[in-house]
Amino acid sequence: MYNVAIIGAGVIGTAIARELSKFNHKIVILEKDNDVSNGSTKANSAIIHAGYDAPYNSLKGKMNARGNLIMGIVCSELNVPFERIGSLVIARSESDFETLKGLYENGMKLEIPGLEIIDVGKVMEMEPNLTEGVIGALYAPSAGIVEPWELAIAYCENAIDNGAELRINFAVREIQKKDGSYLIKSEEDQVEAKYIINAAGVYADKIYNMVADSEYKIIPRRGQYFLLDKEAGGLVKHVVFPCPNEMGKGTLVTPTIDGNILVGPDAEDLDMDMKESVNTTYNRLGNVKNLARNISDKIPYKLNITTFAGLRAEPDTDDFIIEESKQAKGFINVAGMKSPGLSSAPAIAEYVVTIIEEIDGSLDKKTDFNPLRRKRIKFEELTFEEKNELIQKDSRYGRIICRCEMITEGEIVDAIHRSAGGRTVNGIKRRTRPGSGRCQGGFCGPRVMEILARELSVPMEEVLMENRGSIILTGKTKVGG
Amino acid sequence: MNYDIVVVGGGPAGLAAAIESRKNGAESILVIERDRELGGILQQCIHNGFGLVVFKEELTGPEYAERFIDELSRENIDYKLDTMVLEINKDKQILAMNTVDGLVNIQAKAIVLSMGCRERTRGSIAIPGYRPAGVFNAGTAQRYLNMEGYMVGKRVVILGSGDIGLIMARRMTLEGAKVLVVAELMPFSGGLTRNIVQCLDDYDIPLKLSHAVTDIKGRDRVEGVVIQKIDENFKPIPGTEIEYECDTLLLSVGLIPENELSKGAGIEMDSKTSGPVVFESMETSIEGIFACGNVVHVHDIVDFVTEESRHAGKAAAKFVLEVKADNNKIIETEALSGIGYIVPQKVRINSVDDKLSLFMRVRSVYHDAKLSVKADGKEIYSVKKMHLAPGEMERIDIKKELIGENVGKLTVEVI
Amino acid sequence: MKETLKEKEMICIVCPIGCHINVIESNESEDGYEVEGNKCPRGKIYGIKEITSPTRVVSTTVSIENAFLKRLPVKTDNPVPKELIFECMKVINEVVVKAPVKVGDIIIENILDTGVNIVATRSMNEIK
Repeated sequence: MYNVAIIGAGVIGTAIARELSKFNHKIVILEKDNDVSNGSTKANSAIIHAGYDAPYNSLKGKMNARGNLIMGIVCSELNVPFERIGSLVIARSESDFETLKGLYENGMKLEIPGLEIIDVGKVMEMEPNLTEGVIGALYAPSAGIVEPWELAIAYCENAIDNGAELRINFAVREIQKKDGSYLIKSEEDQVEAKYIINAAGVYADKIYNMVADSEYKIIPRRGQYFLLDKEAGGLVKHVVFPCPNEMGKGTLVTPTIDGNILVGPDAEDLDMDMKESVNTTYNRLGNVKNLARNISDKIPYKLNITTFAGLRAEPDTDDFIIEESKQAKGFINVAGMKSPGLSSAPAIAEYVVTIIEEIDGSLDKKTDFNPLRRKRIKFEELTFEEKNELIQKDSRYGRIICRCEMITEGEIVDAIHRSAGGRTVNGIKRRTRPGSGRCQGGFCGPRVMEILARELSVPMEEVLMENRGSIILTGKTKVGG
Repeated sequence: MNYDIVVVGGGPAGLAAAIESRKNGAESILVIERDRELGGILQQCIHNGFGLVVFKEELTGPEYAERFIDELSRENIDYKLDTMVLEINKDKQILAMNTVDGLVNIQAKAIVLSMGCRERTRGSIAIPGYRPAGVFNAGTAQRYLNMEGYMVGKRVVILGSGDIGLIMARRMTLEGAKVLVVAELMPFSGGLTRNIVQCLDDYDIPLKLSHAVTDIKGRDRVEGVVIQKIDENFKPIPGTEIEYECDTLLLSVGLIPENELSKGAGIEMDSKTSGPVVFESMETSIEGIFACGNVVHVHDIVDFVTEESRHAGKAAAKFVLEVKADNNKIIETEALSGIGYIVPQKVRINSVDDKLSLFMRVRSVYHDAKLSVKADGKEIYSVKKMHLAPGEMERIDIKKELIGENVGKLTVEVI
Repeated sequence: MKETLKEKEMICIVCPIGCHINVIESNESEDGYEVEGNKCPRGKIYGIKEITSPTRVVSTTVSIENAFLKRLPVKTDNPVPKELIFECMKVINEVVVKAPVKVGDIIIENILDTGVNIVATRSMNEIK
């Protein structure tokens, strides 16, 4: 029996797991997919918002402000790259400008550091590639960029290293209320836990319905993106937003932490039964291009390396839902994590711990909690001497597997064998980036599969791209091996 | 480590360049190859049709490669396998790495760039839909099938009728898969006619011109592909959707010269070819750095890669032996109407031996047309062509004396 | 009753021009066929060959053991009748060879009594 079962291994679930692993709690994370960080966490704008946007008196506002504030510490403990490149919300009309003022006022109440309304001259100096017609912008220097899936993976790895358990391919089908605990069942397995934390993203309402009549609905709001080659790097140097509207913060253009340029998203509310619809569509991608012209008319789409879509978990309550259910004791909803969910994750994790503390009484702090994640070697960033020293110790660091991103075999093997390690081609891609570059795995794909098959001792035909069913090779040719 | 000539890439271009530079007197030569064997992509091109120009017989890719690999070892030319070149610079220093030597600096007197090309991907043409397993670049699938012995799928749609797409349609069929259709964006095929006949018609595989893939279905593995007719602006025409139930989509949507190293060295690039700007000797904008094969422009016939690379290898040897090119008179070449690009982009006329070879591709299909070469606007040479197509590279040889000495610009156009 | 005469439209592949030719069985012609649409005499020869006895070189792979790769590329050393391609594949698919192999080595002799051999198209060393 576990103290806490967390449903959903996105950035919210894993952040909570890591925060709870500071205490003497038996924790299990249940993930329906074949890897952590596989839902909304893997497909979003990858931005740590400054926090001026959500109303100062909302949970979203408070969580975002605090999340941004402590993100630097979290990322340095977890060895996750994070850069405060700053953001600009640009105004193209007087009414836009009024909106900026409102955002500024709101931000001041939340004590967002360094907020400043700047004039067109300053804007164009900071971002010379914007479409003409800008009249001013709200500059927020504390906004940053991060790899969201890496943050979730790091949270999970650190939680596991501090005693938490992870069960992948555990799709919750049924939850039975028992005396003082819950029995959580998947098709093949079951676990029992005193508390449930529902961090199931777009499925949070469905999970909640297993124990109560859900008071909220989660609408899958789809956003589509273009990701451009590093050659487009420098097009913009900050996160550049248009003025926000009722559907969200608008279609933005931003550098990514890896040096690519990201363009998107649009916003499209899907039917309630379309919670797996992460497909892009011809018309909507065209729409993103149109919308992004409000930011820059110099976006080089010929350098596009991939397009993708993500689903935001849009609650019909507007604000985040972070509370113990009134209908089901010990069942804590952490739902409606649309933007700024990623930015708020560290703060939400702290907040959830206080909720549990309130229910359970004071928590017993571990003395041996290790906040540090084992450093991930990024071979390309080492010096000449460091590289040679490493190759001498482990020659696998001398073999480049991904020529676009310069990833060595050593890095891939390490990514497989860490806690919450990568077991799939996409899992490896999220952890060390082979296949994220311009050839999109054309050259390195077969090599990565070979390494996965060898390290996991499975035949090549069983190596998956992502979830169960995502087989890559359908069999052998000929007879024999 | 010091070498007279370092050749980056051990495919057909690098092999021919290395051998030819040895034959022209270069002493110490090193070929660096990132794969585990020499031969490059030829090793996975197991079909025949190679060698008609160079060997006057029809060979398969591996046979063609083996002849050069054998010659390389007869010439005692050094090579390193499983070795990645990370960086080159204008001073002809090369930073390379493998598991045995670690990271090493190599100083060369001359460098030959022969890194080849890579395939354009799904992302580069932004095909909408899900992102499941089962979407492969045709060349990646070819490697799995022909070298590693794995099937990539059972029911297949192929986008792109370039030669790799056509060849893979036949290969997948021979290995027991069902190829449902080959769709092509352009109103004409980019592949050789013989491949359309022998790879598609022989097996009753339909070819749909002016069609794009507009949706990919299936969350885990491909479950279906939708193709749609496109108008002259490449916009899908509503109502023309055809959905194929299939588990695989192969993409053969073009090749891009792989020039990250060239750009890193600061070599001048040609946006039309995506390769370096080269002189008549295949020398790039950096003196002593030469380039040849698909890294310069994408070829359709390996025999032409060999010829071009021999030319580059010879020039690299000359450079090392301090026979400098005469820079006095530089003629620029320019592609005019109907021509996509011309290689070389620059000609040092005093360094041309007896004839100048111009390589180019036309933009569209022409019948009974003429390629006209003009020197500063005056026609100096023309050749009639019954058939011209973008899929087939054209070559024009012009006698040096026809060009004359005081010419500023050489142009080619389709008339 | 009049016998139906054979007729086939095809694209000539002798050269890159790709003439659309029409081959029609004819009792009057001394070759037994009339060919229309060809721009040169080679087109006529091609057309008649394609309608009477089309042949193809088959290139594929066989399984190989003790080599650095798992498949060895092979081809027919001469063209085989087109209708035998899949029969050939069945025979080829059952073969497993052992490294070392030299380019040109005969892997299958006289496949399906065609007089054509299946030969290796590359060399592969034995690995220990």
